[in-house]
Amino acid sequence: MTPTFAFIQILNGLQFGMILFLIAAGLTLVFGVMDFINLAHGVQYMVGAYLAAAFTAWSGSFFIGLALALPAALLFGLLLEFLVFRHLYDRDHLDQVLATFGVILFLNQAVKLVWGAEPLSVPIPDVLSGTIELSDGILYPVYRLVIIGVGLGVGLLLYAVVNHTRLGMLVRAGATNAPMVAALGVNIRLLFTIVFGTGAMLAGLAGAMVAPLLSVEPGMGDHVLILTFVVIVIGGIGSMRGAFVAALLIGLIDTLGRFVAPSVLRAVLDPAAASQVGTALAPMLIYLIMAGVLCFRPSGLFPMKH
Amino acid sequence: MTVPLLSVENLCKAYGALRVTDRVTLTVAAGELRAIIGPNGAGKTTLIHQLSGLAAPDSGQVMFDGRDVTALSMPQRARLGLVRSFQITAILPRLSALDNVALAVQARSGSSFRFFRDVSQDAAINTEALALLARFRLDARAASAAGTLSYGEKRQLELAVALATRPKLLLLDEPLAGTSHDEARLVIAALQSLKRDVAIILIEHDMDAVFALADRVSVLVYGAIIASGTPAEIRADPAVRAAYLGEEA
Amino acid sequence: MTHRLKPNGRRVVPLLIFALLALVPAATAIGADAFVLSLVTRIMIFGLAAMALDLLLGYGAMISFGHAAYVGIGAYSVGILSSSGIDDVFVQIAVAFAASGLFALVTGAISLRTKGAYFIMITLAFGQMLFFLASSLAAFGGDDGMTLPSRSLVFGAPILKNTVVLYYAAFICLLGFYALCRAIVASRFGRVLRGIRENLVRMEAIGFAPYPYKLAAYVIAGMIASVAGVLLANQAEFVSPAYAGWQRSAELIFMVVLGGVGSLHGAIIGAALFVLLAEYLSRLTEYWPMIFGPLLILVVIFARGGIAGLLKAWR
Repeated sequence: MTPTFAFIQILNGLQFGMILFLIAAGLTLVFGVMDFINLAHGVQYMVGAYLAAAFTAWSGSFFIGLALALPAALLFGLLLEFLVFRHLYDRDHLDQVLATFGVILFLNQAVKLVWGAEPLSVPIPDVLSGTIELSDGILYPVYRLVIIGVGLGVGLLLYAVVNHTRLGMLVRAGATNAPMVAALGVNIRLLFTIVFGTGAMLAGLAGAMVAPLLSVEPGMGDHVLILTFVVIVIGGIGSMRGAFVAALLIGLIDTLGRFVAPSVLRAVLDPAAASQVGTALAPMLIYLIMAGVLCFRPSGLFPMKH
Repeated sequence: MTVPLLSVENLCKAYGALRVTDRVTLTVAAGELRAIIGPNGAGKTTLIHQLSGLAAPDSGQVMFDGRDVTALSMPQRARLGLVRSFQITAILPRLSALDNVALAVQARSGSSFRFFRDVSQDAAINTEALALLARFRLDARAASAAGTLSYGEKRQLELAVALATRPKLLLLDEPLAGTSHDEARLVIAALQSLKRDVAIILIEHDMDAVFALADRVSVLVYGAIIASGTPAEIRADPAVRAAYLGEEA
Repeated sequence: MTHRLKPNGRRVVPLLIFALLALVPAATAIGADAFVLSLVTRIMIFGLAAMALDLLLGYGAMISFGHAAYVGIGAYSVGILSSSGIDDVFVQIAVAFAASGLFALVTGAISLRTKGAYFIMITLAFGQMLFFLASSLAAFGGDDGMTLPSRSLVFGAPILKNTVVLYYAAFICLLGFYALCRAIVASRFGRVLRGIRENLVRMEAIGFAPYPYKLAAYVIAGMIASVAGVLLANQAEFVSPAYAGWQRSAELIFMVVLGGVGSLHGAIIGAALFVLLAEYLSRLTEYWPMIFGPLLILVVIFARGGIAGLLKAWR
């Protein structure tokens, strides 16, 4: 692996990490404040991608598509909240997991019914389609840099809101001690709706941003959902900072592991075996890291709940 | 007095700026019944939590039966004979009253890693558990799910469970709270008959019961023990009267 | 002298279930569709896995979201061994036990240090880890899975090829492990487990440290589910990473909830309802999960306690 190649892979890892962060931020917020496990968060990401694809095709412009997809994803999230989720807040985790699994089953098929089983593709908008020369000879796609930028921007914005506004104070208090917040006479329903809407929007944003990079297809949210769980478990459920750090960690490990694992193993095994074991090991790497973190910190890196 | 069964040395605990346990030093002899009284919020239950191992103190030391138990968990302390009851009734609601008591017997007798034999065939355990239930006149309810017992019955069941562990020192957190007059008499009689065999630390608001049962009384105010002595001494102590008894008189 | 609570349903319903299951091959012998036999075999296989999960969910209050992984381990034990020429079913089961027990011991030891939602997500993640491992086994079909050269041999005889024999093999496994689970639940160990489910702090106060008991239950439940995997591989004559996928884990939880948590035989009823409903709906429309999903949501929101709960509400 040459340094140039490694550098590009690191950027790819960061870009993937940012997407994971956008999804994990919403999930960890919703979980932290509402003590609600939302398995359907992954399909909300998928719906965001489909909405972006549909609106882009309709308007002919990715930017108009994105601008329409975000409020649509928000509305869709609030509809789900109204129809399903709000009946589950005072239920145990088992009920929440099952009912939101039902939402996954429904939506994975519904998008097939509406948009067909064939993957949709969204072209990268012309302005962002080129590459940029980062240093001598290293070319990197502009669009991926934009994703990294968007992730950083959202991260900073969330950080500012969570740490420097009254709303953020309530969110932090809710993550630490939700009954206390309710007892203080805060309109907890409104707080829930804001938190949930933010989460839905962020998941939709992540879906819309990756639409030009990945194929938009049914089930695309399932794998991402589980990676997101790994992220928030490592980061500490409810912790925004934890989600950010863990998302980048997982993004980097998952991306680099595929290249590093075989080459590291080549030191001890013959090339064929190294590549075979390496490819088997790479997708398991993040779970092993998770296990390692939890061995020493059962509540994640930045635990919130007491 | 010989070596004390329990000796607590300079125990401290704070939640933020609030000192809930303030340099508590206390010794209890084998067979002694020690009452701890104090106004609400004095830190009585928090003290029990630390003695039983449910909460860790910030500093200080707990010696029990010649061992330093400060770092031991609640199950470890329970197996040594330092056993507590709970202020808010803690039973196993969907298990029968008999199972509730039998589990406590089981905890100290033989292995619980037995997978095949039905517990209803466990004659030794069941006989002992039934005898304990009978002591609190709960034997007729042995097969009832513990959650269906009356409040008073649950309090008594909890005492039966605590006794089933054969404790050396029993930490009782308001065993009379919420019981009827008759039930309270049963509990007091049971405590009376336990005296000398089992040391007891009793937290209780019922002053008649406290002064009738206790060998010695300690008064806890704002997390600190302000006085210890015989019931007569405590009754006569002006500081105690001012800080605590005075409020009720 | 019995002091245990034994409502009638505890004995009558399981008796009915097993009597009914024992008679299914007779019904197909006198003319019912042969497809019924393979369908009910599937029900028993998933019933076995769901019952093992109920031991955790219903008796130990552990919401394991990775239980399909153990079915996967069982299936791949058959797949990997038989493609290396080891066809004996008892060897395969022994390997499945060892592998699932070890996986459960290691992942359980880590998962059980955490609580609540963490436990759900971690078991899910560990299950997924196994899924990816299976997907990357290029020598054994990778993503696509692998067709078995043949069904397992019993004492060297290929009798499992006969669908009725396979049916009764599944039946005996289900009955045997049902009896085992019943015994475990009623044993000293089971009583500790139930106590931990009811009130953890109370159990600690009388001297029980919960961790080893939970871990033992976790290992037992994993090993039992691996037998379901051995059976599934034999029935399908095919193994695939999908067996271990997280959707399968969610389905197993649904079966348990559908039939009523904490009764063991409820899991079998739940598996039957689930398999039959999925079968029926999938014939109705290609988009059957669009009906199935909302149905699941409605069951969770309105039918708490599953079918057993509904029946109780009627009485």
